[in-house]
Amino acid sequence: MTNLFNYIDRPSPIHRLSGASKLVCLLLWSVAAMTSFYTPLLVVLTVLALILFRMAKLRVKDVSFTLSIMLVYIALNNILIFLFSPAHGVELYGSRTVLIPLPGRYSITAEQLFYHLNVILKNACTIPPVILFVCTTNPSEFAASLNRIGVSYRISYSVALALRYIPDIQREYHDISLAQQARGVEMSKKANLIHRLKAASTILIPLVLSSMERIETISNAMELRGFGKGKKRTWYASRPFTPADYGSMIFCGLLLIASLALTAINGGRFFNPFR
Amino acid sequence: MKKFSVKSIVAIGIGAALFFVLGRFVSIPSPVPNTNISVQYGLLAFLAVVYGPVAGALIGFIGHTLIDFSFGWGIWWSWVIASAVFGLLMGLSAKVLKMDEAQIGKKGLIKFNLSQVVCHLASWMVVAPVLDVYMMGEPWDKLIAQGLMAGIANAVTTAIVGSLLCVAYAATKTKAGSLSKED
Amino acid sequence: MEKETLISFRDFGFQYTAQAEPTLYNINLDIHRGEKVLIAGPSGCGKSTIAHCINGLIPASYPGKITGSLTVKGEDAIKQGLFGLSKTIGTVLQDSDGQFIGLTVAEDIAFALENDCVARDEMHDIVEKTADLVDIRRVLGHAPHEISGGQKQRVSLAGVMVNQVDVLLFDEPLANLDPATGKQAIELIDEIQKRTGCAVVIIEHRLEDVLHRHVDRVVVMGDGRILYDGDPDTMLCSSLLQRSGIREPLYVTALKYAGVSPTPDMHPASLDQITLTQAQKDQVQSWFSLQPSPAPDEDAPVILKATGIDFTYEGGHHALKGIDVSIRKGEMLSIVGTNGAGKSTFSKVICGFELPQSGSLTLNGEDLTAFSIKERADKIGYVMQNPNQMISKTMIFDEVALGLRNRGVSEEEIRPRVEETLKICGLYPFRNWPVSALSYGQKKRVTIASILVLHPEIIILDEPTAGQDFRHYTDIMEFLRALNRQGVTIVLITHDMHLMLEYTPRAVVFHDGRVICDASAAQVLNSPEIVTQAHLKETSLYHLALQCGIASPEEFTRRFIARDQEVRK
Ligand SMILES: Nc1ncnc2c1ncn2[C@@H]1O[C@H](COP(=O)(O)OP(=O)(O)OP(=O)(O)O)[C@@H](O)[C@H]1O
Ligand SMILES: Nc1ncnc2c1ncn2[C@@H]1O[C@H](COP(=O)(O)OP(=O)(O)OP(=O)(O)O)[C@@H](O)[C@H]1O
Ligand SMILES: [Mg+2]
Ligand SMILES: [Mg+2]
Repeated sequence: MTNLFNYIDRPSPIHRLSGASKLVCLLLWSVAAMTSFYTPLLVVLTVLALILFRMAKLRVKDVSFTLSIMLVYIALNNILIFLFSPAHGVELYGSRTVLIPLPGRYSITAEQLFYHLNVILKNACTIPPVILFVCTTNPSEFAASLNRIGVSYRISYSVALALRYIPDIQREYHDISLAQQARGVEMSKKANLIHRLKAASTILIPLVLSSMERIETISNAMELRGFGKGKKRTWYASRPFTPADYGSMIFCGLLLIASLALTAINGGRFFNPFR
Repeated sequence: MKKFSVKSIVAIGIGAALFFVLGRFVSIPSPVPNTNISVQYGLLAFLAVVYGPVAGALIGFIGHTLIDFSFGWGIWWSWVIASAVFGLLMGLSAKVLKMDEAQIGKKGLIKFNLSQVVCHLASWMVVAPVLDVYMMGEPWDKLIAQGLMAGIANAVTTAIVGSLLCVAYAATKTKAGSLSKED
Repeated sequence: MEKETLISFRDFGFQYTAQAEPTLYNINLDIHRGEKVLIAGPSGCGKSTIAHCINGLIPASYPGKITGSLTVKGEDAIKQGLFGLSKTIGTVLQDSDGQFIGLTVAEDIAFALENDCVARDEMHDIVEKTADLVDIRRVLGHAPHEISGGQKQRVSLAGVMVNQVDVLLFDEPLANLDPATGKQAIELIDEIQKRTGCAVVIIEHRLEDVLHRHVDRVVVMGDGRILYDGDPDTMLCSSLLQRSGIREPLYVTALKYAGVSPTPDMHPASLDQITLTQAQKDQVQSWFSLQPSPAPDEDAPVILKATGIDFTYEGGHHALKGIDVSIRKGEMLSIVGTNGAGKSTFSKVICGFELPQSGSLTLNGEDLTAFSIKERADKIGYVMQNPNQMISKTMIFDEVALGLRNRGVSEEEIRPRVEETLKICGLYPFRNWPVSALSYGQKKRVTIASILVLHPEIIILDEPTAGQDFRHYTDIMEFLRALNRQGVTIVLITHDMHLMLEYTPRAVVFHDGRVICDASAAQVLNSPEIVTQAHLKETSLYHLALQCGIASPEEFTRRFIARDQEVRK
């Protein structure tokens, strides 16, 4: 629980980038991937993402947990899409090439499969960068980075506070639930929803109320040490930009431009091979 | 933008941490992916009422982002934003309906629950799907189904957990000059 | 020459908005540069409230009615506001966890500098210098839960020292520190003051521990008023402390019992400087020989037996390494040892909060492994170290009644039982208050009450007397002893060496997840290597005995306690 966001400290070019620039890159990349459905671009982005993983010296086992969740998630998502609208591809691409005829609307069409390919590619190029960012950025740098890219330092600091107190609150949740059980509160492990909710709230109330008292103490401590008196503040954990930082940001900027340009040229977000 | 008090900064931080812990370790997964029977929305509704719309929005935003970070299924912007919107709307409705969290009564609870249901539907049936359709180009009917699931589930948990929190909190509030030693 | 006056209260009074009566009444108090002032007083008398006034939290975050005036460096405090005052006054709060804001030690020390927009590189070397000053250079990169209680204290000290303040304000810096660490803390504060020449204000119940180093003035408070403000020697010669329910240094009490009435010119404030004439030493000697030594108590059947308990936290911290302890029925024993030795963890294992990876636990010969937390709790009551983790109800009465209600006891039976317990814990006057309005010490008592009310077979109390004044200390401990006499087994986790000697014939010493000693309390303190290894400390009685040339100091201590018992009855 100490390393919830599994930050993995390894000497690598990606690790050496400052958190702020990595954050900028992540945002640019995400937008680029989100806005475009231009299949070749998605393929390129996916490949790039994999290359970056190698650069960051990340091994599969480092991220096996998150990776497995991601795969399960992608699978489920596709199954659902198919169940709810097996002909979505047909609508999108305006043609219908049946490969395997099945009863009802559920015939398998090339268009639908191609659409699913797009969905998968989209996940495959939006998700890894996030994992990459989390694994290569020291949590201490999060807040400093946010502030660096223009988020007000007060809000940036609330992110830092969240990271600081997550382990404490986790531990407190644990202890409170035990203390409550010791005093006779029944915590049935059955998945019965109402039961679970009742049990949860017997812990929740002390947890939330003590957290609200904690809010008092912490804000007192912070004000006593002069938080919030100035317009700006500096960060112990911040790191100066290097050429590499600028380079990477420019590169991601270009990716975004490319994606927008392609959408424009293609006259529509969907790359259509069936025309 | 108006300057926050240090207290609301801390409230946002701790609130997000609570939201995270509940969402990450307490929530009960439901059959539909990416939608949980999640206790944290009861908390969010409550905190939004106490600390106001801006705090509510940021708690939802930061908390949800961190959850997505730690699960590693990518940041699901549409849903993150929906959470933020829920916090925002809850905070606003508290202001509009003049809910007094310090001594919330029957009327207060009714107001609280009516508004929370409305806000949930707005967030999960409107905001989330619209964004998904644009960003992921996913089919409507699937998204609506997802949204409905999430909306209802969250409204239920909020009704139970949120209301309990409001009542408990009101009880800690002491009226001025009310404390004197008795023997 | 007259030193510069830094803080000055004039006919000052304060009333919390929520309170019906004021918490402070016409306070007149001056604090000068380079002075070290100790503020003592019973729990709930308003010490922390005074601290809040000095550092500006009152009125900034605790609204209330202020009367009279408070000036800091000649200017009106309220006008200066929190930030203005934070330049002059550095505060170390009562709980060092709430104070630790940064993700790592280094960031926390740097916090104040960050707010002053100090450049990054400059910041880094200020932090390192300060870290050296309080000797935590090694742990700069650690997270809060990776460092010990003593180190946390040092971090918060470093955190306020980075911007040179004129006044260092400590609210119970010693609560929850093991004796040796507490001693170091006091020595550290003393050195810092000598080096920086700032004024130091310490609020503390552990009077004797603070007096370990020179103190210029002592301020004794009671019910929101200042009862005494002067040099420690004179105060110790009066009977003020007993009257206002504060424990005076043991050696002073011993001298008084022996009929030696201390006078200011003897410098009773410090055992190192105290001057005793041969006559007086003889007096103590003869008193010693007159005291009957109490009879040792006989053995009883084993009630709780732990064998080879081994436990590692998820984080990978190996907290318990093969613990063997067996507790006899009707015994009253204490568990002592270093901060982070595993004492609390061990009690959590006993209560089933944590499941050991190996080893066995039996209660009355029955294996506990199969028992649920609740089933164990019916027989074993555990008062946790941190009150906030136990308190789940908002009103004090309901909190204490909770356990009974969950066990389906009828309301008409609950009321008398709860009220009786509340009286014992000195909380009866507050029974209808919300818990949120209590001071730390008061909260701690609420949690003790909520367990006592259940009448378990074994009670484990984790630092029950932390932050308690002498009167409540005595009340609680005497009640526990009474329970013990009725056959209830009592386990105390404590850092108070005299408590150990006074109430628990047997002591189990933890160090780094192992039991390094299991013997009579006196024997434990009598073996120097255990004392140093486990961060314990001989009591001042021990040293007094040596000064008076008494051969067996522990026997002296034992007889002192016997006498003290009668007197306090
Ligand atoms: N925020 C608050 N609102 C209302 N009453 C309060 C508040 N804080 C403290 N009090 C009351 O003021 C009195 C003094 O509290 P304070 O914390 O100063 O005591 P203390 O001397 O520090 O006690 P301790 O030694 O236990 O810390 C207590 O009776 C408490 O009930
Ligand atoms: N929930 C937890 N997760 C991981 N490590 C923990 C946890 N709780 C305690 N520890 C570690 O286990 C060790 C023993 O902790 P414990 O609280 O038992 O010490 P202790 O003897 O009670 O100390 P103190 O006298 O300061 O209360 C410490 O090093 C602590 O950092
Ligand atoms: Mg206090
Ligand atoms: Mg402990």
